Amino acid sequence: MITENRIPKSGKGQMMKRYGVWVAASLLVVILPQIFDSGFAVTMMSEMCIAIIFALSYNMLLGQGGMLSFGHAVFYGFGGFIAIHAIKLVNDGASVIPLELIPLVGGVAGFLFALLLGYISTKKAGTTFALISLGLVELVVACVLLFPSFFGGEEGVSADRMLDYSITGFGFGSGIEVFYLIAFWMVIATALMYLQTQTPLGRMANAVRDNPERAPFVGYDIHLVRFFQFSLSGFFAGIAGGLLAINYEIVNSEMIGAIASGNVLLMTYIGGVGHFFGPILGAVLFTFLHLTLVNITQAGQIYLGVLFIAIILWAPNGMAGIIMVHQPIWRAGKIKRLLPSYLAALGAGLVTFFGAMIFVEINYHLSLSIEPDKPMQLLGVEFQANGWIPWLLAIALMVAGYFMLRPLIRKIGRKWDELTQEMQEGGIA
Amino acid sequence: MEFYVISLLNSLVFGMLLFMLSSGLTLIFGMMGVLNFAHASFYMVGAYFGYQISAMIGFWPALVIAPVLVGVLGAAIERYGLRTVHKHGHVAELLFTFGVAFMIEELILLIWGRVAMNYQVPASLDFTIFTLFESDFPVYRLFMLTISVVMFVALYLLLTKTRTGIIIQAALTHADGVGMLGHNVPRVFMLVFGGGSALAGLAGVIGGNYLVTSPSMAILLGPIVFVVIVVGGMGSLTGALIASLLIAALQTFAVGYDYSLVDLLAVFNIELGAEPWFPDLWRIKIESTGPLLPYLLMVIMLIFRPKGIMGERES
Repeated sequence: MITENRIPKSGKGQMMKRYGVWVAASLLVVILPQIFDSGFAVTMMSEMCIAIIFALSYNMLLGQGGMLSFGHAVFYGFGGFIAIHAIKLVNDGASVIPLELIPLVGGVAGFLFALLLGYISTKKAGTTFALISLGLVELVVACVLLFPSFFGGEEGVSADRMLDYSITGFGFGSGIEVFYLIAFWMVIATALMYLQTQTPLGRMANAVRDNPERAPFVGYDIHLVRFFQFSLSGFFAGIAGGLLAINYEIVNSEMIGAIASGNVLLMTYIGGVGHFFGPILGAVLFTFLHLTLVNITQAGQIYLGVLFIAIILWAPNGMAGIIMVHQPIWRAGKIKRLLPSYLAALGAGLVTFFGAMIFVEINYHLSLSIEPDKPMQLLGVEFQANGWIPWLLAIALMVAGYFMLRPLIRKIGRKWDELTQEMQEGGIA
Repeated sequence: MEFYVISLLNSLVFGMLLFMLSSGLTLIFGMMGVLNFAHASFYMVGAYFGYQISAMIGFWPALVIAPVLVGVLGAAIERYGLRTVHKHGHVAELLFTFGVAFMIEELILLIWGRVAMNYQVPASLDFTIFTLFESDFPVYRLFMLTISVVMFVALYLLLTKTRTGIIIQAALTHADGVGMLGHNVPRVFMLVFGGGSALAGLAGVIGGNYLVTSPSMAILLGPIVFVVIVVGGMGSLTGALIASLLIAALQTFAVGYDYSLVDLLAVFNIELGAEPWFPDLWRIKIESTGPLLPYLLMVIMLIFRPKGIMGERES
């Protein structure tokens, strides 16, 4: 896990280069809902923004601090529950908090909860930390049913987000108003988390991750560094939870458990833990796939799982890693030489994928649908799932794709070696 | 009296089932440093294979064939997956097994669907062996106990008395040294991983019809198995045995106590007001804390004695 640690150069051009991307991304967030204004699109974008905060807060642990947590949703969920209770209190007239500040309530709740649990769990990193996080999430899940007046039992806690108090004057009745609120918090939280990576704490978290033996020699207590990092991460997870509470006006035990924790791990890792923008990519892609695949296929989780395993096996720095590896080649203007073999590999990959997809879909049809004997539809083609033709086609495509892919991957490897050598000779790399 | 004897027997059966799962996991961890997240998934695969093979050719062949198949599957996953990510470190390995667990659950859904399987105890083992205080004790529980005890003894003898076992034990602590002596350590790793998976598969075959064979069985039991190996001490077989029995007893006995904090306070003649703080807390009965106790024990253990009961080193 290598984090970009380039020291910023001075000068206006550098500033533009450095922050231009972020300004453009923020503008995109403002403009997008004006173009895609259907209810589904707005819901999806709201969820993406929440997922971005959550994934970035998770990466403060995994990417920045090297702490693999299986229970990050505890702080997300706790923030959500406290936020929904805060909204309820305002509903009942017992408190005066404008809706715009409710996420902050969730954030503070997540922070306090992380302070409470963090001190013991951050004593060790690595496997022990992972195990404690697993134990804590199971502990909290077991508590959900024991404390029904706080967690609301199985059905959860709901509230009405249209409060009488507002700073901005919006009523937050429509999805688009809520989206802009979420997007606003997303931009703030992202900026804060980015700045945090530049602080001494953020840098020391990297040092503790990479070399816990040597870090104390610089004069820092590695336990405290992990602890502070953990608590801050809980803060941002709580903000994300508070936003989710506002978005759906209901919070239930699903949000706090192992599945939500697993999802944030998947999206962060798929996006890439080694670069700040990795989790953002991961959150957007994961949420998009998660919400669209549900409508198309029952096998959505399988495709996400395959993607996750493929990333672990072949691209441990995730999508962000793949992009960053190509940056020097792009700068040298040699990306064109890679493109033909990439396109060929993409084609072969698609053939394999189609084979696997047909295989998975016919099996799902046979095992899960009510009437397996009825013809099924896939990409507009109707056929019998229990006939031998689709099976044969699926297996043939998979095998053919595999044999096409293998030499192509070797070819790409050779091209890479050539390019790296050329660039070294040219003195660029 | 009746409650204690019956609960003791039941916790012994459940404890030995837990031990069958945790023994493989703790060996794999001790040796390779890999916390295998997919271990309970192998248990689930074992149960489904057991069900399918029993339905086709009967329970007794399934008892042998299913664990072997699960073992081969485990060895293949080690050989072609885990070994590839090994160079990226333990976190990557842990993540990989997490991905495998995720995929196995989805594939089980894909093949067998969401509903629980009708995996029954075989007719030849479906009778009562003795009656204690008017409760019947099915012979199948005795069968499970026998299998797990035989397995423990066999495993213990294998590890301490045979040449293979001694190499495995040596590779636990001094993998490099064993490699220098000319043993193929990666192959030993693969065998241990496969063997551990096979044990989990065996637990699945005999546990699937005792409990339930459904796609959620891995998620239900998996975290508890982690608790067992943490509490017992990572890498320690005896520790895993003690912790399995302890946790099974904790869960089984908790079910029988119908007391809450209100009752405790009543002993000291303290009465709570009509609206106390944290109203739920006072009303929680011990019987409903069963799912919570193992994790509480694990967290306390990790804080005060991270080595576990029998462990020799911290992870």
